[in-house]
Amino acid sequence: MTEFIQQLINGLSLGSIYALIALGYTMVYGVLRFINFAHGEVYMVGAYIGFSVAPLVGKVFPVSDDWESFSWSTTAGAFSVLLIAMLGCALLGILIEWFVYRPLRSRPRLTVLITAIGVSIFLQNVALLIFGAAPQFFPDIQPDRVIEGLGTLTVTVNQVIVLVVTLLLLAGLHFVVMKTRIGTAMRALSYNPVAASLMGINIGVVISFTFAIGSALAAAAGILQGIKDPSIDPLMGILPGIKAFVAAVLGGIGNIPGAAIGGFIIGILETMVVGYISPMYRDAIAFAVLILILLFKPTGLLGKAEREKV
Amino acid sequence: MKTLLQIENCTVQFGGLKAVSGFDLTIRENELIGLIGPNGAGKTTIFNLITGVYRPTSGEIRFRDRSVVGHPPYKITARGIARTFQNIRLFPSLTVFDNVRAACNLHLRHGISHALWRGPSFDREEREVEKTASELLEIFHLQHLREAPSTGLPYGDQRRLEIVRALATRPKLLLLDEPAAGMNPTEKEELMRLIRFTQEKFGLAVLLVEHDMRVVMGICQRIAVLDHGTKIAEGTPETVRADPKVIEAYLGDTDA
Amino acid sequence: MKHFGPKTWLLIAILASFVISLFEDRINAYFFDIIITIGINIILGVGLNLVTGYAGQFSLGHAGFMAVGAYISAAITVFLGEGFAAALGGGSFGGTTLYLAALVAGGLGAGLVGLLVGVPSLRLKGDYLAIVTLGFGEIIRVVIQNTEVIGGPRGFSLPDRTTTFFWTYLSAAVCVYVVVLLVNSTYGRGFCTVADDEIAAEAMGINTTKYKVIAFVVAAFFAGIAGGLYAHFKMYIHPEGFNFLKSVDIVVIVILGGMGNTPGVIAAAVLLTILPEGLRSVARWEALPEWLQQVAANRMILYSLLLIILMLSRPQGLFTRRSRFRKKKP
Repeated sequence: MTEFIQQLINGLSLGSIYALIALGYTMVYGVLRFINFAHGEVYMVGAYIGFSVAPLVGKVFPVSDDWESFSWSTTAGAFSVLLIAMLGCALLGILIEWFVYRPLRSRPRLTVLITAIGVSIFLQNVALLIFGAAPQFFPDIQPDRVIEGLGTLTVTVNQVIVLVVTLLLLAGLHFVVMKTRIGTAMRALSYNPVAASLMGINIGVVISFTFAIGSALAAAAGILQGIKDPSIDPLMGILPGIKAFVAAVLGGIGNIPGAAIGGFIIGILETMVVGYISPMYRDAIAFAVLILILLFKPTGLLGKAEREKV
Repeated sequence: MKTLLQIENCTVQFGGLKAVSGFDLTIRENELIGLIGPNGAGKTTIFNLITGVYRPTSGEIRFRDRSVVGHPPYKITARGIARTFQNIRLFPSLTVFDNVRAACNLHLRHGISHALWRGPSFDREEREVEKTASELLEIFHLQHLREAPSTGLPYGDQRRLEIVRALATRPKLLLLDEPAAGMNPTEKEELMRLIRFTQEKFGLAVLLVEHDMRVVMGICQRIAVLDHGTKIAEGTPETVRADPKVIEAYLGDTDA
Repeated sequence: MKHFGPKTWLLIAILASFVISLFEDRINAYFFDIIITIGINIILGVGLNLVTGYAGQFSLGHAGFMAVGAYISAAITVFLGEGFAAALGGGSFGGTTLYLAALVAGGLGAGLVGLLVGVPSLRLKGDYLAIVTLGFGEIIRVVIQNTEVIGGPRGFSLPDRTTTFFWTYLSAAVCVYVVVLLVNSTYGRGFCTVADDEIAAEAMGINTTKYKVIAFVVAAFFAGIAGGLYAHFKMYIHPEGFNFLKSVDIVVIVILGGMGNTPGVIAAAVLLTILPEGLRSVARWEALPEWLQQVAANRMILYSLLLIILMLSRPQGLFTRRSRFRKKKP
């Protein structure tokens, strides 16, 4: 039983990363009906931004040597890194949308799809060029330790932090989407773009905003992943990108809560399969889920079928 | 006259919305039936129902004594029901000629190996298809445009082409979805003649959805009136024209 | 052109291949490699063009079919090779027959996988279909990677280089022949209706799924042949060589050539095979500043940039005129 709970906890931790990335996919699909193939790379860029700025931040907010007790400096430092990465990637998302996707708005679907793949490959290889192919060590901005007193369960502080930060971000997103004007505009756009623009909504701004938020969340995922597992490399976005996409589809593409739920499910599923069946199928499980959903319930768990008007 | 199409008590429900409920209609061979109703009444839904795009939530549809419920659209077309679309749906990458030829595919016997080997049976069928398509285009005065891109045609010609294309499938029942939309009065006169001509020449039954009352009243033998998904009247043009329920549906309740 | 029917052209192509192949020993090994690769890429591109360019279906898993063909043909050569050749009395006749049998088996195997993948997947549209085909391509790769008997992740070696200029270009000629003939027939019109408007196509009695599957399986078959040719040329295959990026490569050939433009796709296949080699020489130019050399050396950066720029400026490909309309020859 404790084994199961252990796997569950590990799965939630993994799932948090997937959920954050999945949200970007689902929001962009919601407003543009377009799968942003390059989104996984934004996650990678987020991790590398963190990697690059952490030393500088560390000079202002040094990481405390004392692991046992809470340190304002460490926390402020980690938070700053997170913030910088999120802002940086938000900007990246806006730029990509503006320069690459926006001009292709009226083009056939395959064109945009291939372009997104091109952006993805470009980002991967620029990172390869700058940082090299060898994995780098993500700086220890948030030192880790196991939480005492949980018996045979191994839960680390950082696992808790990852989950808590994720939940906070989810709550923040929920607030923005449901309670702010721009969030409402996003939802309006996802239901009916023509009507939305007729109601005076500035589509361009809303789309940029959507990309910004999605990219910021992916960046957060990158930083959290760096905290969880310090090895980062330029190709780290590929598999999580695909799995997060599957998570978004599982939840119902375009559906925000669905993406988060999908992320957690995929994370838990993957951990369970690796733990109880075999590590060999770690990556295949996401593909299998994808194929099963698309064949049997393409609208996902929470999605609605879109009927083509005949 | 033999019964061709029988729709019995059909209901189409999308989630909480009943687009069509308890709809009955019988169409016999060579009849020209009109289907009218205010916007959003469900007329195109009925078309989609008959052609298999939608499946009835309940009820039965029989064509030539066989149920067609649940059959994919291409099979229903093969049984003998063809249609045109409210927003013209020609094949943009094909010429006028090829749009019609494509609609002959369903009657072909040859398989891939014939297409690859190009033996006599392939050539024979290709000739037949060419002949059928040419003849149809000739009848409808579109032969001279046959190599033109189909969507480059003037609007009226595109509508005619859609009808020609549907006829190439050799239907027994032709469904026309608002064929007069966007036409001027002269064109509408021409259309009315065309529909009557088509019906006689090819021995078809025709089900016509149309907003223009003159067209409907002018050529239809019988008219069914739809409002909010239910049939509120059915009869000859005179009967329907005078029916108070029909007038109310179109003009609204004058007391309100 | 009108005087020669397609069958005549096929014969001419086969004859030309034969004649050229008589001189193949004279060709420098490096160039020979490129020439064979061009032939293989033509087969891959023209086949995928049938699916994506003519029938309008996205497929991001084409490398998977190539992998199936490569591994099946390789397995036949390696495991059944000796017995088979001996049964045929040894010598070159036996060897060639075995080779051809392996190739065809690879093609048929790939075609079968294409059928199995296509029938459930082709119900999906657009982006969804793209993702599912990507998924299947990856699954095929993962399955191969976990199958020890054919080498798994370490790859699989073949004994002899049996792929020759003749077999490669014969296959390419047959592939082009089949595609062109299909396209200029009732099937071709059927494919176009499916690409243009599936609902209207169904309403005109066209079984859209059947047409999609036909295009898919034919393309998969030829991808399998290409895989077999590749395996017996490089004499070593490994799963990573048939990954998503390879599928993207093939899609780029189709897009560059112009969707539904078979001659354009052939030209694109030639161009995209030569381009990386050209870039490699550019990277060695002493005259360029260091960082530019570095960038050129990372050909993927240029490749992806080229892709993006191409999509932004000329999405109809390099060899197609602007019009959306494609004329069909009778």
